Amino acid sequence: MNRTRIAVVGIAAAFALLAAGLAGATTSSHAKGSHVSALKGTITFDGIWTSTSGQKQFQDVINLFNKTYPNVQVKYKPVGDNLPTVLATAIAGGKPPDMADIAQPGTVAQFAKQGKLKSIAYARSTIAANFAPAWLSLGTYSGKLYALPFKAANKSIVWYNVPAFKNAGVQAPKTFAQLLADAKTIKSSGTPAYSIGGADGWTLTDMFENIYLRTFGAAKYNLLGAHKIKWTDPSVKTALTTMGKILGDTSNIAGGTSGALQYGFNDSVTNAFASPAKAAMVFEADFVGGVITSSTKAKANTGFNTFTWPSITPGPDAGAVEIAGDLFVAFNDTPAIEAFVKFLATAPAAEAWAKQGGFGTGNKNVPASIYPDAITRTNEAPISTAKSVVFDMSDQQPPSFGATASQGEWGLFQDFLKTPSDVAGIQKKLEAAAAAAYKKGK
Amino acid sequence: MTAGGITAEPPVAAAPPPAAGPGRLGKYGTGAIFLGPALFLLGVWMVYPAVYTIVRSFFGEHGFIGTWVGIDNYKTLFTTSTLLTAIKNNAIWVAVVPALVTAIGLIFAVLTERVRWAVAFKTVVFLPMAISAFATGVTWRIMYQQDPGLGAVNALGKTISGVFSPAGVLSQASPSTPGLQTTSSGALVLKTATHPGGIVLLGLTGIAPDQVPKSAVQAVTPPPKPGDVVGTVWRDFKPGGGKVGVVEKQELGLPGVTVELRDAAGKTVQSTTSKPDGSFDFSKVSQGTYHAAIGAQTFAKPFGGYAWLGPNLIVPSLLIAYIWIWAGFAMVVIGAGLAAMPRDVLEAARTDGATEWQTFRRVTIPLLMPVLSVVFVTMIINVLKVFDIVYALAPQSEYAKANVIALAMYFTAFQGGGNFGVGSAIAVFLFILVVPVLALNIRRFRRDM
Repeated sequence: MNRTRIAVVGIAAAFALLAAGLAGATTSSHAKGSHVSALKGTITFDGIWTSTSGQKQFQDVINLFNKTYPNVQVKYKPVGDNLPTVLATAIAGGKPPDMADIAQPGTVAQFAKQGKLKSIAYARSTIAANFAPAWLSLGTYSGKLYALPFKAANKSIVWYNVPAFKNAGVQAPKTFAQLLADAKTIKSSGTPAYSIGGADGWTLTDMFENIYLRTFGAAKYNLLGAHKIKWTDPSVKTALTTMGKILGDTSNIAGGTSGALQYGFNDSVTNAFASPAKAAMVFEADFVGGVITSSTKAKANTGFNTFTWPSITPGPDAGAVEIAGDLFVAFNDTPAIEAFVKFLATAPAAEAWAKQGGFGTGNKNVPASIYPDAITRTNEAPISTAKSVVFDMSDQQPPSFGATASQGEWGLFQDFLKTPSDVAGIQKKLEAAAAAAYKKGK
Repeated sequence: MTAGGITAEPPVAAAPPPAAGPGRLGKYGTGAIFLGPALFLLGVWMVYPAVYTIVRSFFGEHGFIGTWVGIDNYKTLFTTSTLLTAIKNNAIWVAVVPALVTAIGLIFAVLTERVRWAVAFKTVVFLPMAISAFATGVTWRIMYQQDPGLGAVNALGKTISGVFSPAGVLSQASPSTPGLQTTSSGALVLKTATHPGGIVLLGLTGIAPDQVPKSAVQAVTPPPKPGDVVGTVWRDFKPGGGKVGVVEKQELGLPGVTVELRDAAGKTVQSTTSKPDGSFDFSKVSQGTYHAAIGAQTFAKPFGGYAWLGPNLIVPSLLIAYIWIWAGFAMVVIGAGLAAMPRDVLEAARTDGATEWQTFRRVTIPLLMPVLSVVFVTMIINVLKVFDIVYALAPQSEYAKANVIALAMYFTAFQGGGNFGVGSAIAVFLFILVVPVLALNIRRFRRDM
């Protein structure tokens, strides 16, 4: 869930130093007892959510925690999308916050390897009681439990413009072949079928990941994600060729190839849901909904709707869900932090945010009825009920390969958008970049 | 001021020591108190980071110091293609921007001396300096959008091209059957020949419902007429697609389309306009084989805009935006120099019969040389360090093409896993590039004093 990162280095570093200075306070006396008001302490927490993107909702979660633990103070600091940079700087300076929210497992792995994280093994049984086993392994790095996947976004979704589909007389497709046929019909109806936000490389990696997952299933997906399958593998060739059927249909993409390379994620959403529509569908995650409601006039059901990423190869993994998520990690270990982490793994903590929308969770004890509307329910419920769940592949990579503008995956998939016919060439470059990133990581 | 240049104030003579002063120690003590804060801040914010960066550039990627790697980081710097692009781009920036900014500033400064409303003009040209480079980048990024509906630059292009080559009424349309072929001129010609008494069907798709003329009604295939060629041109699409090449229910005729009848040689013998149901009729056609066609002007594409932010134009686009910011600065500084120039020399030149151009070329420019070089050198330093406008203006997909040294440093050090070693090496390299220019500047300041 990487968005545009806008920040100036100096300011970010200065704030990090400031935060580090303020983060001195830790738990005071901790009397061993069952009475929860006896637990006192302060927890500093750095997160990406700002006042416009979820800080209030997370504060509601904290407030609920304080009902049980009135004397633990959680100091949330909205850092914004630049969080990994700020954290890396704070760690280099030796003063990280007590806890943080990291969207990239690759970054968590990096911090874990550097020995900066504290294991949250104390919460293992609570997590196991609330989440399917796959989620525990998502938070486990080299055998130790480090992260709690508190919030998750469903990435196996396609959003479509309802009037555009109606004009073309097509229904939400169930299979990929049907999707391609529908796209052709939509084009004949006078609207380009695809809206692609190619200026943001991660929208392209997400599309590739869904295609790979739908073609080869979760097990192979995870092998590629761990670089145990090489990018020069025939399976990657198949998936890229499939992707080329969309990217190569240039007259069916809003703005053509050069337009798609200039439109960012937000543009791709507004293009598809503006009136008159410039395109009929967007391949992106559940958070598209927030952009539609805040920057277009389209209304749920009559203006926009979603369908599950259509299946490519039928099989046991056909309903697998790709997620992106917020992983909570601890840089410190105090009784207050332990209590907070355990609380966050429970259903009430997730429900406090889920009922307000813009939130999905793998917590199986959260009932689907908690989600505020039908579209949200269809999008979020599969996260906890799907048979297999995989994490965003590019987020799992070493960041220099999987999460850097114009480099590694993001840059190379943009090159692929420019020349979708050059499958072999892109495979070679991807493998070279991945090999370099994994070698450096050692 | 000497020779019209901008120089530092001459040093103020030191105040005499107090009569019954506390002696040497007290004198140094006072000095220390006054210098202390400045030295402390310089040390913390300038000296320490600079030394740390230089040391850090010889160590590995992670941590406060990392492991010793010698000059490996510098090797990486000169062997990685994205970093080489950054260095190449910086060279382009240095070659183009300082010269153009100085030249444009000089022209503006000289011209504003001679126009009314000079203050208003100067204010407008100087205004971009008051906007942060980041905001400028965002603004120009919007202005450069390829879609003429979004970007001001291409909107201007569209307005101009609209006058000379107006867009066709059905610019989006494409043929629905392979039988209808696009010729090199952009016209659509029906492959199958027709004869008097024949029917021609010209199906088009790719037309959005709101682009179909309001007067359109259900399309109709006209009955054949002896001696005439009849036919229909219609939107060959209904929800779900329908059968291509067949006029069906719910498919609308396309009124107002100019249809041509061409003979075997390709010459247009008749042309007519379709009715609301899309039908048309070429009457009294003499015997022979003919082809029905729709003229190219119907499908003329509107001006699609240049990809200012695309891989080929991104660097020039950035240069233009940057020059737009700094031309005002150059104008104001050169204007100040111009105002301080001794008028009698100009008068003398004119009295001696020099033309305006000769006065400008032989008198004004040499006298202004110190100011011009200050602007030029300042711009070289600015351009070497350029960062924010590239970061804000270039779309992510073109960062690799638009890369400059400072941006490469940011991405290497603070993004993508944070390689502080190579990042520091880039910073040191940039510092080394700036040093000679700085030295030049400082030396001139000294000389001017």
